[in-house]
Amino acid sequence: MRAGFISNEVKTGLRRNLTMTVALVVSVAVSLTLLGTALLMRAQVDRMKGYWYDKIEVSIFLCGNNSLAYTCTGAVTDAQRKAVKKKLTGLDPTVQDVFYESTADAYDRFKTQFKGSAIISSIEPDALPESFRVKLDNPANFDQVAEAVQSMQGVESVQDQRKLLDRFFQILTGLQSFAMAVAMAMLLVTILLVVNTVRVAAFARRRETSIMRSVGASNMTIRLPFILEAGVAAAGGAALASTTMILIKQFLIDGKLAPQWSVIAWVTWQDVLWIVPWIFIVGLSTAVGAASVSLSRYLRG
Amino acid sequence: MVIRFDGVSKQYANTPKPALNSVDLAIDDGEFVFLVGSSGSGKSSLLRLLLREEIASEGVVSIDEVDLGLLHTRDVPALRRTMGIVFQDFRLLPNRTVYENVAFGMEVIGKSVEEIQTRVPEVLELVGLDDKESRLPNELSGGEQQRVALARAFVNHPRVLLADEPTGNLDPDTSVGIMKLLDRINRTGTTVLMATHDVAIVDQMRKRIVQLDGGNIVRDQERGMYGSMGR
Repeated sequence: MRAGFISNEVKTGLRRNLTMTVALVVSVAVSLTLLGTALLMRAQVDRMKGYWYDKIEVSIFLCGNNSLAYTCTGAVTDAQRKAVKKKLTGLDPTVQDVFYESTADAYDRFKTQFKGSAIISSIEPDALPESFRVKLDNPANFDQVAEAVQSMQGVESVQDQRKLLDRFFQILTGLQSFAMAVAMAMLLVTILLVVNTVRVAAFARRRETSIMRSVGASNMTIRLPFILEAGVAAAGGAALASTTMILIKQFLIDGKLAPQWSVIAWVTWQDVLWIVPWIFIVGLSTAVGAASVSLSRYLRG
Repeated sequence: MVIRFDGVSKQYANTPKPALNSVDLAIDDGEFVFLVGSSGSGKSSLLRLLLREEIASEGVVSIDEVDLGLLHTRDVPALRRTMGIVFQDFRLLPNRTVYENVAFGMEVIGKSVEEIQTRVPEVLELVGLDDKESRLPNELSGGEQQRVALARAFVNHPRVLLADEPTGNLDPDTSVGIMKLLDRINRTGTTVLMATHDVAIVDQMRKRIVQLDGGNIVRDQERGMYGSMGR
C-alpha cells in the first residue's frame, strides 16, 4: 500500500513539475556525459601507456659515414660496436634485451612500414643508420642507459621513444582535466537545480505535507516522494549519459577512430562498461543528497 | 487523565510577552472542552503544544503521562496518530475527491487498501456525505467541506480531536450541524478540545469552558456560558 501510494505521489509530482523535471534530466545528462568522457579519456591514456610502455625501446644509433657527432670519426668500427654492445649487456637487469639492427635491416623495416608510399624511392638503402635497440625493465630508467653509452666512440645519438609519447599523453591528460573541470562545474549547476526544484515542489505541495504531518505520517513518508522524484530524474539523466558513452564507443571510437589509427590501443567495451555504474552512482548520489539537504531546509513547519 | 499542562509557559523568540504563562490544566478522557479567548490569548499556542509543533519553554505538557517535551522527534508521528485536527480553513486537497481526501489521511500512515475501503465509507456516512464521495472540494458548500475535514481527522480513530475555530468560516445554521457532529464524535469516547470565538455555540452546548487571556487561564468552568465570561 505504502509503496503504491508513494509511487503515485512520485508520478504526479514529476508530471506536475514537468518543465523542471526535463531541465533536471538534461542537466544531469550533460554533466554525467562530461564526467564519463573524462573517465573514458583516462582509461584511454592508461590503455595507451600500458600498450606503448611495453613496446618502448631506447634506440642507440651508431655512426655512419656522414655522421657529424663528436663521438663519430667516420662509420662505426667493429671494435666500437662490440664495446657498445658489451656495455649495454653489462647493464643487466636494467637492460633486458639488446637487438642489433643493421643498415640493411633498417631499410627492410622501413620498406614494410611505408609500403606503397612514394617516400621509399627517395631513401637510399644505406641512408638509414645501424642501431642497437634496447628494451628496459622500466622505461623510466632511460637516463642510466643514456649516460652509459652516450659519450662512447661510435655512438651517434641515443633516443628515448618515451619522451615522444609523454608529450602526447600530456595533451590527453590536459584534455581529461579540462573535461573533468567542466563536469564538476556542471555537477554544481545540477546540485543547485535539484535544490531549487525540490524547494519549488515542497512549496507547491505544502498543503499535502502539512496534512501528512498532522495525521502522523513519518518523516520518511513525507520526504521519500521528493527524494525519489529527484532520483528518477537523475536516473533518467544517467541513462542518457550512459547511452551517449556507448554511442561514443560504438560509432566514434570503433566506427571512425580505430580503423584510421589501428596502431593505437583503443578503450575496450570493458572500460566503457566500467564507467557506466560510476555515472549512475555519481548521478543518483548527487541528486538524492541535494534533495535531502533541500528538504531539511525547506520542508519545515 | 489524558491531557495535562503543569506550569506551562511558552515564550516565542523576539516577543516580549509569553504566549502562555504558567498554565495548569487537566482534561479527562472523553471530555468536551471549549477553549475561548480573544485573538492572541494563547489558544493556538496551546493546541500547537499538544500537537508537539512547539515545545514548552517551561513546565510539562503530557499526554497519558508521557512528557511531550522529552518525546524523541521520531516518536512524534506516533503521538499525532492518536490525534485528529480540523482548522477554520478546512485544508482539503483541491484536486482530490471527497473520498480521496479522507483516504489520504489513512494512506500516508500506511493503512492497507482493505482498511481504507471499509473505513472511509463508514466515516463519510457518519458525517453525512456518503452520497458526495466523488465530488471535488470546490463543488461543496463550506459546511460540507468542514465535514470532509472532520471525516479525515476522525478516520484513524483518534483519542483526541483538536478543532481550531472549526465554525469560524461558517454561517450559524451550518455551524450547528458541525457542532452536532463534534458532539457525536465526542460521544464515541473521543476527547474534543475546541478553540472558538463563537458565543452562540458555546452558550448552546453548555460544556466545560477554559478561558485564556494574555496567556493566563482566567476561567475554567463546567457547563459554562459565554455570557458569564465578563470580557
